[in-house]
Amino acid sequence: MMSTTDLLRTPLHDWHVAHGGRMIDFAGWSMPVQYTSITDEYYATRNAVGVFDISHMGRLQFFGTAAAAFLDSVVTRRVTDLKPDQVRYGLVCNELGGILDDVLLYGGTADGVRPYAMVVNASNREKIVDWLREQLPAWQQRSSQRDALSIGDVTLQTAMIAVQGRKAIEVLASFFRMDSSAPALDLGGMRYYHYDRGYFAGNGVTVSRTGYTGEDGIEIICDRDIATDIWDGIVEAAAQVGGMAAGLGARDTLRLEAAMPLYGHELSEAINPIQAGLSFAVNLSGRDFVGRDVLERFSVDKTQPVRIGLHVEGKRVPRQGCPVLQSSEIVGEVTSGTFSPTFERPIAMAYVRPTAQAVGTRLAVDIRGTQHAATVVPLPFYDRGRKN
Amino acid sequence: MNPDKLLFAKTHEWVAVVSEGGQKIATVGLTSFAVEALTDLVFIELPKIGRQVSAEESFCEVESVKAVSDVYAPVAGEVIAVNESLPDNLEILSRDPYGDGWIARIKIGDEAGLKNLMDHAAYQKQCEEQ
Repeated sequence: MMSTTDLLRTPLHDWHVAHGGRMIDFAGWSMPVQYTSITDEYYATRNAVGVFDISHMGRLQFFGTAAAAFLDSVVTRRVTDLKPDQVRYGLVCNELGGILDDVLLYGGTADGVRPYAMVVNASNREKIVDWLREQLPAWQQRSSQRDALSIGDVTLQTAMIAVQGRKAIEVLASFFRMDSSAPALDLGGMRYYHYDRGYFAGNGVTVSRTGYTGEDGIEIICDRDIATDIWDGIVEAAAQVGGMAAGLGARDTLRLEAAMPLYGHELSEAINPIQAGLSFAVNLSGRDFVGRDVLERFSVDKTQPVRIGLHVEGKRVPRQGCPVLQSSEIVGEVTSGTFSPTFERPIAMAYVRPTAQAVGTRLAVDIRGTQHAATVVPLPFYDRGRKN
Repeated sequence: MNPDKLLFAKTHEWVAVVSEGGQKIATVGLTSFAVEALTDLVFIELPKIGRQVSAEESFCEVESVKAVSDVYAPVAGEVIAVNESLPDNLEILSRDPYGDGWIARIKIGDEAGLKNLMDHAAYQKQCEEQ
């Protein structure tokens, strides 16, 4: 097996190893793919609570009065109207409209007490930091901005933990304080895609109602030093209701059922947000940002391949790169596939020609040389508000 | 079956060789180490009965949630039986890898492949080094 000695380690690395985590190289980090079985960790999350170490995600902060205006010039959604307790999903695109990354933006205050922040994919962290720093001088010149603006990467000094599942909020109901002495931070009252500062044992933490599993839940950003204490407390509380620590394997199946795109699979620099089905995260009106004009053209282009969902017959799992066929002609390619525990069948996301995208279209997926019948289904596959 | 009485391939198959009416038959399965490493199995494609296989040829595929793995024939010959109960009961592979979890029986055509197999102690050593 590959040496994992050169990989980055999260503050929870020793916990993972001590608890049977199978460590793999994920974007240069040594991360647990599973502790028990992917399926058990999957069901723990769907039915109770899964606790995920996501410290490998990149965490950036932006300081300076012009932070919001600068971010507004590089992401596909408006940042200037983001409230200091709001989180927004958006994309960073290049000049050609290709996706450099999909990110979460955290609203800040102009005085910097709450800095604007961005969470990026582990695989893109260095690329995005470099790219943003490249964009900065030109933007400052263009917009006649003289105020200092700095971009900080706090990934290695902090940790990030996702607590996901229908019992996540109840498990954490009295876990964080509003300030060092006051009552519990009201997570139940926190709206989806909002965040707040809370306290754990006197240390400030950021808690957001966000996630990547299709379940309700929160994500916590804390200092590296207190990560293990927070993690231990949450895993213990989760165990009381049937929850458990869960690895990247379960996380991938969960996000796939929820049709959430993954960079390197559904998203890349060769894909634009419109064809990825992310038009909701592209705001073209009355604003300018890198790639905007190209995206405006893509937004009316009906000829490009589009992201779809497939139910596949049989038991074989379609993998990234499997050809998708219609009447024996290749019309696209799978980007992610898994065996869905909820639907008890293989599912996949793929990009196909627009003529093959309609729900109900009968297609086939070539899995290692054998064709398997498939049907286009609506995305997401799994919606917790709906009976699946 | 007691793994100490089996032979093992580098690629994590086990083999039990018996003589039946002057003919040597190899029963082949996956080791507990391999099954444990795969986890979350969803599919097995058994070889066809009657298929001629050569040593170290992929003759079966097992698929887990995360990946597809080949199972290699440890010895050359003809596939004369496959474990038909596996496809619908993949948990047998982990419950009893050296017994009910057998995959196929091969009528040995050429015994040369057997020389490349190791005993249980050597195989365990290999696993510890991985």
